[in-house]
Amino acid sequence: MTLAIEGWFAVDEDGVFLLGTRCATCGTVTFPPRPGLCPNPRCDATSMETTRLPRRGRVWSYTNACYPPPAPYVAADPYVPVTLAAVELDEVGIVVLGQVKGLTVNELEVGMELELTSGPLSDGPLVWMWERVS
Amino acid sequence: MSVVVLGVGMHPWGKWGRPFLEYGVAAARAALRDAGVAWTDVEFVVGADTIRNGYPGFVAGASYAQALGWSGARIASCYAACASGAQAVDIARTRILAGLCDVALVVGADSTPKGFFKPVGGDRPDDPDWLRFRLLGATNPAYFALYARRRMAVYGSTPADFAAVKVKNSRAGSLNPMARYRKPVTAEEVLASPLVADPLRLMDICATSDGGAAVVLASESFARRRGSRAPVRLAAVSTVTPTFPSTILELPNFATDSCAAVPAPERPFRAAIAHAAYEEAGVGPEDVSLAEVYDLSTALELDWMEDVGLCPPGEAAKLLHDGETGLGGRIPVNPSGGLASFGEAIPAQAIAQLCELTAQLRGEAGERQVPAARVGLAANQGLFGHGSALIVTT
Ligand SMILES: [Zn+2]
Repeated sequence: MTLAIEGWFAVDEDGVFLLGTRCATCGTVTFPPRPGLCPNPRCDATSMETTRLPRRGRVWSYTNACYPPPAPYVAADPYVPVTLAAVELDEVGIVVLGQVKGLTVNELEVGMELELTSGPLSDGPLVWMWERVS
Repeated sequence: MSVVVLGVGMHPWGKWGRPFLEYGVAAARAALRDAGVAWTDVEFVVGADTIRNGYPGFVAGASYAQALGWSGARIASCYAACASGAQAVDIARTRILAGLCDVALVVGADSTPKGFFKPVGGDRPDDPDWLRFRLLGATNPAYFALYARRRMAVYGSTPADFAAVKVKNSRAGSLNPMARYRKPVTAEEVLASPLVADPLRLMDICATSDGGAAVVLASESFARRRGSRAPVRLAAVSTVTPTFPSTILELPNFATDSCAAVPAPERPFRAAIAHAAYEEAGVGPEDVSLAEVYDLSTALELDWMEDVGLCPPGEAAKLLHDGETGLGGRIPVNPSGGLASFGEAIPAQAIAQLCELTAQLRGEAGERQVPAARVGLAANQGLFGHGSALIVTT
């Protein structure tokens, strides 16, 4: 199983998780992971630890790509519009963008709950995706 | 002590397919002519960089200076995505305010490829701009569409509201000889154009364009010596970054900052950009006679209207439908025709906004003229964290 990017998400028996970083001093969370300086300008911490982000959140907004996106995206042939959702993760107060699996824009709504999963890019490697809560 | 806009110049926008240098030089020569200043009298030249056209575009200041003829002027080049032009203006303004020069030329121009903007070529997995395409297929219009869809959910805006923005801007653009699109369009045409990124259609989204814009800035004393009557004053240039945590998803990011540890700031980024300009100029939204805001999409114009304080959040569509933001209305927005009529020539855009404000405050905007224009605001935003707003006053 090849991941499209290393260190941003993990897939194991417990499911798919986004990997962020958390500041032990102030509690700030980031995605993508950002080891090193805490992004909170009033925090002096210099080592953020890797953390798994909550797997569920509510749709902040959504859209799709009706035309094939340009390279380096590898569009399927024939092209199927990519659906995107920006999902707000409650406990960590962060909005994360991702492709949506198994739902079109007509089935999405701002505020609806989605859950993290993964799916393949058209050339094979896995990326994190949002899907309907099981 | 204030800095004045002594001259403005543009190259008509379009898809001409020529090197960016030609557009920039044409705009620069027009601005110098308008200012009544010889190129050899310019003490400082700033180029807003373009990332296309290779090396000369990355060092635009030198490109323009060489094309105009090496004159020994001091020089700077700067890149800040869509805010490049405003930052170039700010660099020149600051130099004048510091007393290091009296007259400066600021130039921005671009030649754009067809279709979506895409990341710089090559396999670059450490570049967030490259990664958002590779992993998500998230184009610039996808981000504009997220804002538009969010606006629909929060304020009940509709695609018809968005189309009305395009109708208004196309009418203004039809009166602007520098605009690329000169044909007024109808709401039906907008709503029948192909969906690009739901809910935005082709005619809701600004095109990529070729174009150039330039301004000559000067100290007030230089302008007085030149006998400039009633010069337009550059009262503020805002270049603020967001304040942590920035909770609106910005191009090209994958996620917002977390508000788990620190609550979101009172003013979101776009509002903070305008607020800083108002503070610096000592005016408020109620003083503004006209505004040029960054209508990358029709829906975004409504967001900006609220962010720059022309109306409370959620009320932009009402102002639009009441005709207040059209030519002849109380507070015309994008009287130039905006990006809807020009398209995007990245390093030139913020300078072009300043050209429009200046023309309006001089009373030289022809059929687009906003009566008794005294205060003009332009707002714009570069990729994640490059704010830009300008205020000019009579
Ligand atoms: Zn911290």
